[in-house]
Amino acid sequence: MRTPRTERAANWARRAPLLPALVFLIAVTQLPFVATVVISFLRWNALAPDHRGFAALDNYRAVVTDPALRSSIATTVLLTVSVVLTSLLLGLGLALLLDRRFIGRGVVRTLLITPFLVVPVAAALLWKHALYNASYGLLNGVLTWVWRLFGAGDPPQPDWMTNSPLAAVALSLVWQWTPFMMLILLAGLQSRPADAVEAARMDGASAFGIFRHLTLPHLRRYLELAALLGTVYIVQNFDAVFTITSGGLGTANLPYTIYQTFYQAHDYGRASAQGVVVVLCSLLVANFALRTVSSLLREEITR
Amino acid sequence: MTRGENRVDRRTRGVLGLVAWLCGLAFFLPVAWMVLTSFHRETDAATNPPSLTAPLTLHGYREFFGAGGAGVSPWPPLINSLTASVASTLLVLVLAVPAAYALSIRPVRKWRDVLFFFLSTKMLPLVAGLLPIYLVAQNTRMLDSIWLLVILYTSMNLPIAVWMMRSFLAEVPVEILEAASLDGAGLPTTLLRIVAPVALPGLAATALISFIFSWNELLFARVLTGIVAGTSPVFLTGLVTSQGLFLAKVCAAATVVSLPVLVAGFAAQDKLVQGLSLGAVK
Repeated sequence: MRTPRTERAANWARRAPLLPALVFLIAVTQLPFVATVVISFLRWNALAPDHRGFAALDNYRAVVTDPALRSSIATTVLLTVSVVLTSLLLGLGLALLLDRRFIGRGVVRTLLITPFLVVPVAAALLWKHALYNASYGLLNGVLTWVWRLFGAGDPPQPDWMTNSPLAAVALSLVWQWTPFMMLILLAGLQSRPADAVEAARMDGASAFGIFRHLTLPHLRRYLELAALLGTVYIVQNFDAVFTITSGGLGTANLPYTIYQTFYQAHDYGRASAQGVVVVLCSLLVANFALRTVSSLLREEITR
Repeated sequence: MTRGENRVDRRTRGVLGLVAWLCGLAFFLPVAWMVLTSFHRETDAATNPPSLTAPLTLHGYREFFGAGGAGVSPWPPLINSLTASVASTLLVLVLAVPAAYALSIRPVRKWRDVLFFFLSTKMLPLVAGLLPIYLVAQNTRMLDSIWLLVILYTSMNLPIAVWMMRSFLAEVPVEILEAASLDGAGLPTTLLRIVAPVALPGLAATALISFIFSWNELLFARVLTGIVAGTSPVFLTGLVTSQGLFLAKVCAAATVVSLPVLVAGFAAQDKLVQGLSLGAVK
């Protein structure tokens, strides 16, 4: 019979391999966040250290009432929702295309994955200078080509980043994140039971009927997962806003605004309050993402 | 009617295959354009409409690598990125593999709760912890240190690695482990002889994905490094000046800095979705 002491030792032996990662992660992620919460209640600007003190909810009041901060919250929501929905729809279309056999499918898949593998800063520079530039960017170059094809000499040459700055940032992010959505949804499609599809086809079901009644229900959780994870990643985006527009022209999202408040304005209290707001918003989305992952995990265990 | 259906199906498949190819080329076009422009002279790069037949040259790359003498050398940032990415990946594996073992092969109680704690740390925006980390780094003189980045990148990637490794280790058959245990094998022997062969492909994929995320990171590096420990993404943001033409050089720089990620990403392609979905999708 095992003694309580032996059992306790055995339990600790099981836990021991887990502890280094757990302690490390708590120290590097949870403690800084706790510190952020504490600082968010302080009046602390590094440029005026003698005025440091307790500020109660002043920083949060500033977050809620400051027009620039409200604007960056609205920008974050608008940017995130538009990018996630657009890349999700495009990703679904591409996943459906790749789910069929055709010559060169592997090559096409590799071509489609490439945007996601370009370093985000490099992708932003690429879009800003090689594609969007009003004088010699590829987009205006193509317009010039097309106009010349039809013999016209006055092609439209819009300044994309000045005319539609938020759309410019969004388009570069859609280009980078569509492959992510595609990969998740493609994995979902390939986990679809093939015999059910075959049986439906033999019963005379149309391609659209199969999609609507078999494929879409099966994909629902994968769509949810892709949307939620995409949201978590894109809410945190800093590189595209920083590089393409430097947060100007109404494109500053919360991560960029926090960076600016802390790094340039040196207002530590307000930057911390903004950080807490971002975390609370992310936790809302994360809660749903965790539930979706949990249900997929449960299915795996049952299988 | 079989023949009619086959003919219609074949035609539809051909059309859809063509559409897929067009989509692939459309998504790849910006990358192709970046690479092509990097091989142009500056004067050829900055034309409208762009010149597809301009002579190719390595001038953009020579400018980027500083052979022209005008620019700052990119080698320190490239080496910093490599150091931070490789070191943090190794540290991630050292911490993640035992943890994943404890969560799958010999699971602790409440292992699901621990898993979701790991996952929840991934959900928190990096920017939320940035200020305290900056202050601690300032007080401990760790600003502009590559090892600070190693620690932060490890914490950034550890949750994904634990999740991925757990799902890979869960594929090890239980019967083999029980047989090894009966033979008196300890933890190191079990990991080395039995678990490693099965999990090695997963380990490689986890390492590659951790490397990719570390190499890509900008915000921490931008705020926490200066002259000594600046990484490649930070270097890229400082590359564009208001003087003269720079498009070929920027494209060369973007191509060079993206190459390690492209190589790692294509190598990990089959496991990429598993990592990015935090192990939820296989």
